Amino acid sequence: MKRFIARHVSTLPKSGIRDFFEIVSKMKDVISLGIGEPDFDTPWHIREAAIYALEKGKTHYTSNLGLIELRRAISTYVEQHYAVSYRPDDEVIVTVGVSEGIDLALRALLNPGDKVLYHQPCYVSYNPSVTLAHGVSIPVPTRAADGFALNVEDIEKAWEPGCKVLMINLPCNPTGGTCDPARLEKIARFAVEKDLIVLSDEIYSELVYDNAHTSIAVFPGMKERTIFLHGFSKAFAMTGFRIGYACGPAELIDAMMKIHQYSMLCAPILAQEAALEALRHGEDSVKAMREQYHRRRDLVVGRLNAAGLACRAPGGSFYVFPSVAATGLSERDFAYGLLDSQKVAVVPGTAFGANGSGFVRASFATGYDQLVEACDRIERFVNTATPCSAPSSS
Amino acid sequence: MNPVLKLLVEGGHLTTTQMAQVAGIPEAAVSAHLEELKREGVFLGWRPVLDLSRESAGAVRAVIEVRMTPERGGGFNRLAERLSKFDEVESCYLMSGAYDLLIFVNGPSLQKVAAFVSEKLSTLEGVISTSTHFMLRSYKEGSFLIGVPSGEADRLKVSP
Repeated sequence: MKRFIARHVSTLPKSGIRDFFEIVSKMKDVISLGIGEPDFDTPWHIREAAIYALEKGKTHYTSNLGLIELRRAISTYVEQHYAVSYRPDDEVIVTVGVSEGIDLALRALLNPGDKVLYHQPCYVSYNPSVTLAHGVSIPVPTRAADGFALNVEDIEKAWEPGCKVLMINLPCNPTGGTCDPARLEKIARFAVEKDLIVLSDEIYSELVYDNAHTSIAVFPGMKERTIFLHGFSKAFAMTGFRIGYACGPAELIDAMMKIHQYSMLCAPILAQEAALEALRHGEDSVKAMREQYHRRRDLVVGRLNAAGLACRAPGGSFYVFPSVAATGLSERDFAYGLLDSQKVAVVPGTAFGANGSGFVRASFATGYDQLVEACDRIERFVNTATPCSAPSSS
Repeated sequence: MNPVLKLLVEGGHLTTTQMAQVAGIPEAAVSAHLEELKREGVFLGWRPVLDLSRESAGAVRAVIEVRMTPERGGGFNRLAERLSKFDEVESCYLMSGAYDLLIFVNGPSLQKVAAFVSEKLSTLEGVISTSTHFMLRSYKEGSFLIGVPSGEADRLKVSP
């Protein structure tokens, strides 16, 4: 059968999370810190709005771009929270999660062989999405030393002729890295200078803990070259609804709409109705969940460092990305050893690209008590795994 | 807001040690905050939230609407305070609308609660009428849903 499969698909590796998932899902009593979604159920008022819509017979197609009421609400929300304004009529498209938004944007933008810069470690779909759109991806490293922020110097170094797109995800899954406005402005200037389109995946932007979030779209010359991608999965705990959106220049949105129209037609109407409720009345729920995450972040960061794993506090997201170097184990051996001996699941950093080597991702989207127990177990594991420190020279 | 009060309002049923961890303050500070809240009359005491239908058959709870005549100078206060002192009374509120007091009562049996209403409550001077509603089933108790399974098991164990 393999001979029938398209070359660029058959050579595409499966997600590194996949085999790990297979093992974990067969084990009992595992505390999983490997989950990339909120532990909170979608707030009840949002679920109830979806039920109400179903009762009212809202079971039909919507406009390809999405319900106009929802696009208006998105436009208002984005303007209030990100200080960029988009016309609901032709600068906003409702997508099936940010994942579809990324796919649409890449397919709309790339000719075969066009190059895409993206920072690494990063979300598992970035590299494959570029490949599937017949592009060539170029990773830009981020580093633990500066909190996995993205630096323009590294982008400059990685840049080569033929680069058309820069993909960024801040706050970042898996590192939790964020970027202060000064650094972001330099990146924006570089994008303008090199005439790059920026795909900015801001799915974790409500979940920041130390400093306010800034979108790259706000800098001079950026709105016209940025596709702002966002959704409801993380902040509103709506992963299973599969609902997101893209905002950008009308011509680009129109190009994305063409693909969306022929492949997806529209995002599910019930998810759109739920999203509308989320934007209208969901802010308090977001705030309450953010406070919980903040508290858990401080717990986990404190405990991991105390256990001997160097871990800086992530500026956003619900992930920590500690180094396991102190144990002398590779990220893979650490993750498998921890799972085997203490029944705690974390994801090896290399699942998010080669630059994740030496790190693991642990999600704190899990109850506080569970996190305390998981940290106890990690501490036990580190104590047994850490090689005796080298004898000090006399 | 007082950090300890905030945790109490959220109802996270934390011990003082856990509160100290969560709020990032020493445990002694948690105790000090609690003492202060007690002094101010904000924090009245601990009570567990229980689903007694599982534990003991026969515990009976009722809600009673009471209409009464207000008194010159004190309104409903004297009578409301007097009623509140009965052990049978769990909670007592002054209400706007069709009646004046709303009283939550519990007792070991239907007869005991009925006796409280007919002998103690309705016979008080100033009480015009009572309307007693017995509770049949509890769906939510002190912010805890009862009999609704949690969705935790539905999450994939590892996801990107």
